[in-house]
Amino acid sequence: MELSSRALWTMIHGMGFGALYLMAFSGAFLALWRQTSSQAADAPYPSHHRQLSVWLTAMALLAWLAVMSGTYIVYPWYRALPPPGTANLAAFPQRLLLSSPQTSQWHTLGMEWKEFVAWLVPISITMVAAVYRHYGPALARHQALRNAILGFAAASFLTAGIAGFWGAMLNKAAPVEGGSTLHILGAESR
Amino acid sequence: MNPQANPPQPNPPNGAGAAALLAAGLGAASLGLLSLLADKLPSTKPAFTLYHPTGPLSGVTTAAVLFWLAAWALLHWQWNNRSVPIRPVLIAAFLALLAGLLLTFPPFADFL
Repeated sequence: MELSSRALWTMIHGMGFGALYLMAFSGAFLALWRQTSSQAADAPYPSHHRQLSVWLTAMALLAWLAVMSGTYIVYPWYRALPPPGTANLAAFPQRLLLSSPQTSQWHTLGMEWKEFVAWLVPISITMVAAVYRHYGPALARHQALRNAILGFAAASFLTAGIAGFWGAMLNKAAPVEGGSTLHILGAESR
Repeated sequence: MNPQANPPQPNPPNGAGAAALLAAGLGAASLGLLSLLADKLPSTKPAFTLYHPTGPLSGVTTAAVLFWLAAWALLHWQWNNRSVPIRPVLIAAFLALLAGLLLTFPPFADFL
């Protein structure tokens, strides 16, 4: 069983950082909702505050790792230009998609949306983590601010979902392949 | 487990939170505006290309992140330890976030 180094980096970017962020979201959102509700204002649990603060910080880190690895590691392979006269575009996903009207919108809509909207995720969740770290349970005494923080957290989930969806679809339509080959399991003898 | 019996704490001022919130909205809007600029004005693409293999995406996102951080630092400096009227800040932050979401959506950007 083999895997190309580019496919491995694409997995680390999408499944290692991106999908982990999406999975971490629901628990963080619920905890943020409960720990900053108006009923929680007079009954703070300091240990819960620390746990949620660490959780949100880890999510922010995941979001930054996802956009940085996507922008600076995977995306250059995606948009690489083939040498003139190249007939087989399999190693040049952007050019492969643009080569046919049936597939060009995977790039013109999917990638062109994903590449920018994904950056709203780390901006939003870093702000959420910083504000919760600053206020902790006292955020419950600022319900308007608390609701806005929850709104930005939800926006980060929405935009991460958009980026993740298009990333998965693009990788099905035109996978990023190439680089060195990693042998995961030895060849079976028949 | 029972909650720890803490004495009531005074309300912390909302300025630091408002500054972070508004700066995040402005960061989102700047991302949308810069992506639109790079898309509509091809002459700007070389200026946005900080890292050639990534192309203009590198400069657009770097500039937006720097703008966001600068706005955050400035607003925090102005509003920290103060209470500010929160409603206009929330409206501005969400309008800016909405602008960022719309401007990064290619069919909307193409429509402009």
